[in-house]
Amino acid sequence: MTKPEIHSDFWDEDPSPENPFTPSACYCSGYNVYDDLLPNISWVEYLYLMFMKEAPTKQQSTLLNALSVALANPGPRDNSVQAAMSAGAGGSTLASSLIAAIGVGAGNLGGAHEVAIATSCWQKFGTNLLLWQSGFNDFIKQKDGNTSRADVWLPIEHAPGFDPNGTHCAETIIQTLNYLSDISPNNHLAWLREHRTDMEKMTNSPLAMSGVAAAAFVDLGFEPSQAEMLFMLLRLPGAAAHALEQHETGWKDFPFFSDGLQVGVPNS
Amino acid sequence: MSKTNHEMDHLKLNELLKNSNIWPTEMGGWQPGVDVSFRGKSLLKDLNHLSWMSLVIYSITGNIPEPKQCELYEGIWVISTSFPDPRLWNNRIATLATNSRSTPVLGISAGIAVSEATIYGHRPLIATIDFLYDVQNKLDQGQNLSDILKALYHSTAPSYSGKGKNRSPAKIPGFGRPITPVDERRKPLLDLAKKCQYHQGKILQLAFDIEQQLKIIAPQLKMNIATLMAALCADQNMSPREFYYFVSLCFSGGILACAIDAETHHEGSFFPMPCNAIRYSGKPRRQWKNM
Repeated sequence: MTKPEIHSDFWDEDPSPENPFTPSACYCSGYNVYDDLLPNISWVEYLYLMFMKEAPTKQQSTLLNALSVALANPGPRDNSVQAAMSAGAGGSTLASSLIAAIGVGAGNLGGAHEVAIATSCWQKFGTNLLLWQSGFNDFIKQKDGNTSRADVWLPIEHAPGFDPNGTHCAETIIQTLNYLSDISPNNHLAWLREHRTDMEKMTNSPLAMSGVAAAAFVDLGFEPSQAEMLFMLLRLPGAAAHALEQHETGWKDFPFFSDGLQVGVPNS
Repeated sequence: MSKTNHEMDHLKLNELLKNSNIWPTEMGGWQPGVDVSFRGKSLLKDLNHLSWMSLVIYSITGNIPEPKQCELYEGIWVISTSFPDPRLWNNRIATLATNSRSTPVLGISAGIAVSEATIYGHRPLIATIDFLYDVQNKLDQGQNLSDILKALYHSTAPSYSGKGKNRSPAKIPGFGRPITPVDERRKPLLDLAKKCQYHQGKILQLAFDIEQQLKIIAPQLKMNIATLMAALCADQNMSPREFYYFVSLCFSGGILACAIDAETHHEGSFFPMPCNAIRYSGKPRRQWKNM
């Protein structure tokens, strides 16, 4: 019988002499987690180490930490947080509130899949405004006539990283972009700050947090799939806190839109 | 900003304000204490006789299926996607959940989410129905089947379903299968299609024609159940998106069974792995240096 194996290039464990199912030591990219890292490493450094297999520089760590603060709570109006609160309102399991937040916050509108697409765009278009212009046009064409095979994901309906329903760039987005640009060890955030208004004119939409996050992930060297995962992960604290609050508050003090449904009216 | 942009912003803002209060819908809703409307009918008066599958199809398409259509749809779920095998990747989620003493629904819902896989499940299923329609369209435009398949098979478009960073369903979806090339579900599903008199549909015939051509072009690619599921539903005029919604819960029977089974086992007993099962191939042991 073949021995079942799990392959990993960043995690290893030493079995304890008493029980082969219990580790005596765990290693992350070669570092002893509970002996060496635990007293020395920060949460974001450990996060970076797991994804990148190398320790971050001081600047990378500072940027990832600031990005984590910026993303930690999108606020209770955000669809992903509202999903977690909806679980809380009904008294659902706490796990379901996080599943709800991830499921809703995974999408193409302000969600993790949009971040992955925007990160791919950075890889393709870099800091070339003309390439971004034609890239945005391609996305708009794709919306009208998707040529690739049908998939679980629908084609994105707007320029990735920009808010199709927004009218101007939120002050909170500008503050985030400015601060992250100042501390970033790379040039994508700074280029985005410099060309934000040009890109907003191209897309007829203001920059969104998903766009800032994508540029930050590129500055940190993350791949689109890593950016997608981290975006979901880093937004969970707010969802969790709001879900807990709503769990205690209950269903009566949570919007139900009692008069909001117009049944039989076509969606214009 | 130009005046046009100002006008556009004004429209966006008006839309946001309007939508903040109303959700127009033809799907339906609950009138508390009175009734439930569902696509223009009363769930409690007009639709209360429906089977679960009929209601699912009504929800997706707006049409109540004929009894033999319903038998076909239910059979597709029963035969094709309801294996109570806890090793299968989506079923394993429910198994691990209840064997770790999480709740069945958390395990089952996560198992359904995981069914949106690339080597099996929803992504290849949707790609398959889209592929069949695509080939049929090309044939209708006068192209030759062998040429269509050769062009697809030899195309340089990247398609790595099994591993890698950019995984996507196979270039010729619905043909080939992980673990074994033999699909034991094929005969039972075709028998059912025959019983329901859906065995002579145009797209089903196309699937068989593709299979014949692939024997020459790519003999390792045998028709799998996804092609039959997709072809049978395409012959019922389901769009790829309707088919996606139709299969969204199709693995639930097997997932449910695995959750139930694992709950009866001793906690933590599902294939526990020893530490040395980890095959490490990363950086050598080293010491952390504080910045």
